[in-house]
Amino acid sequence: MKIVVCLKQTFDTEAKIVINADGQIERKGVSLIMNPYDEFAVEEGLKLKGKDGEVTVVTATGPEGQDALRQALAMGADKAILVDPGRADIDEFTTATILAKAIAGLEYDLIIGGFRAIDDGSAQVAGRVAEILGLPVVNVVTKLEVADGKAVATREIEGGSEVIEVPLPAVITAQKGLNEPRYPSMKGIMQAKKKPMQKTTAAELGLDEAALAPKVKALSFTLPSARAAGRLVPGEAPEAARELARLLREEAKII
Amino acid sequence: MTKGIWVVVEQRDGEIKKVTYELLSEGRKVADQLGEELAAVLLGSGVSDKAASLGEYGADKVYVADNAALANYTTDGYTNVLAALAQKYEPYAILLGCTSNGRDLAAQVAQRLSTGLMSDCIGMELADGQLAFTRPIYAGKALVKACCPDARPVMATIRPNIFAVESAAKTAGVIAEDADPGAIRQVVKEVIKQESTRPELTEANVIVSGGRGMKAPENFSVLEELADVLGAAVGASRAAVDAGWISHSFQVGQTGKTVTPTLYIACGISGAIQHLAGMSSSKCIVAVNKDPEANIFKVADYGIVGDLFEVVPLLKEELKKIMA
Ligand SMILES: Cc1cc2nc3c(=O)[nH]c(=O)nc-3n(C[C@H](O)[C@H](O)[C@H](O)COP(=O)(O)OP(=O)(O)OC[C@H]3O[C@@H](n4cnc5c(N)ncnc54)[C@H](O)[C@@H]3O)c2cc1C
Ligand SMILES: Nc1ncnc2c1ncn2[C@@H]1O[C@H](COP(=O)(O)O)[C@@H](O)[C@H]1O
Repeated sequence: MKIVVCLKQTFDTEAKIVINADGQIERKGVSLIMNPYDEFAVEEGLKLKGKDGEVTVVTATGPEGQDALRQALAMGADKAILVDPGRADIDEFTTATILAKAIAGLEYDLIIGGFRAIDDGSAQVAGRVAEILGLPVVNVVTKLEVADGKAVATREIEGGSEVIEVPLPAVITAQKGLNEPRYPSMKGIMQAKKKPMQKTTAAELGLDEAALAPKVKALSFTLPSARAAGRLVPGEAPEAARELARLLREEAKII
Repeated sequence: MTKGIWVVVEQRDGEIKKVTYELLSEGRKVADQLGEELAAVLLGSGVSDKAASLGEYGADKVYVADNAALANYTTDGYTNVLAALAQKYEPYAILLGCTSNGRDLAAQVAQRLSTGLMSDCIGMELADGQLAFTRPIYAGKALVKACCPDARPVMATIRPNIFAVESAAKTAGVIAEDADPGAIRQVVKEVIKQESTRPELTEANVIVSGGRGMKAPENFSVLEELADVLGAAVGASRAAVDAGWISHSFQVGQTGKTVTPTLYIACGISGAIQHLAGMSSSKCIVAVNKDPEANIFKVADYGIVGDLFEVVPLLKEELKKIMA
């Protein structure tokens, strides 16, 4: 099977967020990781590709996104494509437009992404790519089986799950539980250096300014107000429990 | 001419979810400020009799697409209908709950209509005459206020449990629509419901969560007993999930559920930054931890330093007494 995985490089989950003098999120000095959900996507691609299959990883970002692509190659992906949007003000519409254009030029049976990126938390890009390419999508998948030109995917929903069948090619987005992503081996890391990494730009793919113009505009970034320090309820367990119950009723008024 | 603000009704098996009423209540306020009408859009099968009741929460109008093909939520069926209705009426804005189905549907419809979508919003206001939304990014470590200046409709998914439900005695006009669900490529083979009498995590008003301090899967019964007294959902840290004590669908945090209950009780959870990301916007946080230095106490409104196996059963008894 030929599988395309969309992956995004994101801030490390430990990263401290700083708003700089221009009122923007400061990107300098932040360590970057592969979006954790995209690790599940890469792993699933590797599991499913089979003997003669191929996994191509694609990202739409500036040159810094290479590291996440290299990591995927080290895990076992075969090829990587980096498309530089060539502008900073991109939204999910722009990103999906670029990815769809890049993927349209490839052969694929299945496209896998993460169900959401932990930076913007949008949970839209993969679905938008499906819509542009005219493919069916199943989101938030915790189990996937592919056979006979069909994908059978278990999708998480509130209070349960549902099993959905779609014809291939299709877009699937990964949720935790789908698999356990492998760590790149030493050998994998060495081999990754020799694997093909194509670097291109949105303009080279034939997308002009108008096609890339974002729909959403950020007006301002702020940091949330810190939670006011609370207090410890004193005393031995029986007294503390009694006092806590009282506080929840009389002070917080929530029970 | 006004074209209206739409709220897409979240229903499962004909039961309307609370987030719908939350969006209608808040939508009513901005609709009034903008001089727009507020419409609910109800998709499903055998749901027509629910339509009129949406006026009680502020809807002026309800568009109903009642079709056997919409009995189960499917991405294609619901996208085809909602996008067709939006093309027909050209609303100014479409709001959906940030739920499994709301998220799924919003992304497809936004792309089909070539418009912008702001996800998982926690605030909605008018800024310079247009709708602007505030949403958490970097797992709540920052907030962005954003708008959709030119493309229409403006679309947003809104996190449940953010807006208050307010009743507004309106009589909603019900308009039956026969939009075509079209060819549906997603075949629902099976719907698996978790057998639980407890509320769903993202909808719960109270959550009792356990972490590595629970020590063993069977000990979660201590939390379940407290949860039963409070009508609460049970959650967990990733450490508890990774240990295999509880299914990942109960994980709260950056790579789990984001929850906004009125009361979050963290038991044996240290308060790692990734856990806080999922629960720090809870209205009241209680922590029970034997380590007085645990990070969770920095965000907790009330903390008890102690052994959870001693404190939690006592707390349960005290709450039972108070609530009797
Ligand atoms: C990419 C990434 C994503 C992540 N996503 C998430 C996520 O979504 N959600 C999440 O939760 N974590 C997440 N983590 C993991 C996170 O970093 C922490 O490892 C995890 O939250 C720790 O769980 P814990 O607090 O239960 O365990 P610990 O940190 O081990 O804390 C256990 C606590 O229990 C207390 N304790 C022990 N026994 C008792 C007792 N008898 N009575 C009272 N207290 C007791 C201890 O004092 C301690 O504070 C993520 C990590 C990474 C790298
Ligand atoms: N810039 C990008 N490049 C490649 N894939 C992306 C990009 N942004 C988002 N994706 C994919 O879309 C998924 C959902 O992202 P988002 O909609 O931003 O939450 C991610 O997990 C990726 O699989």
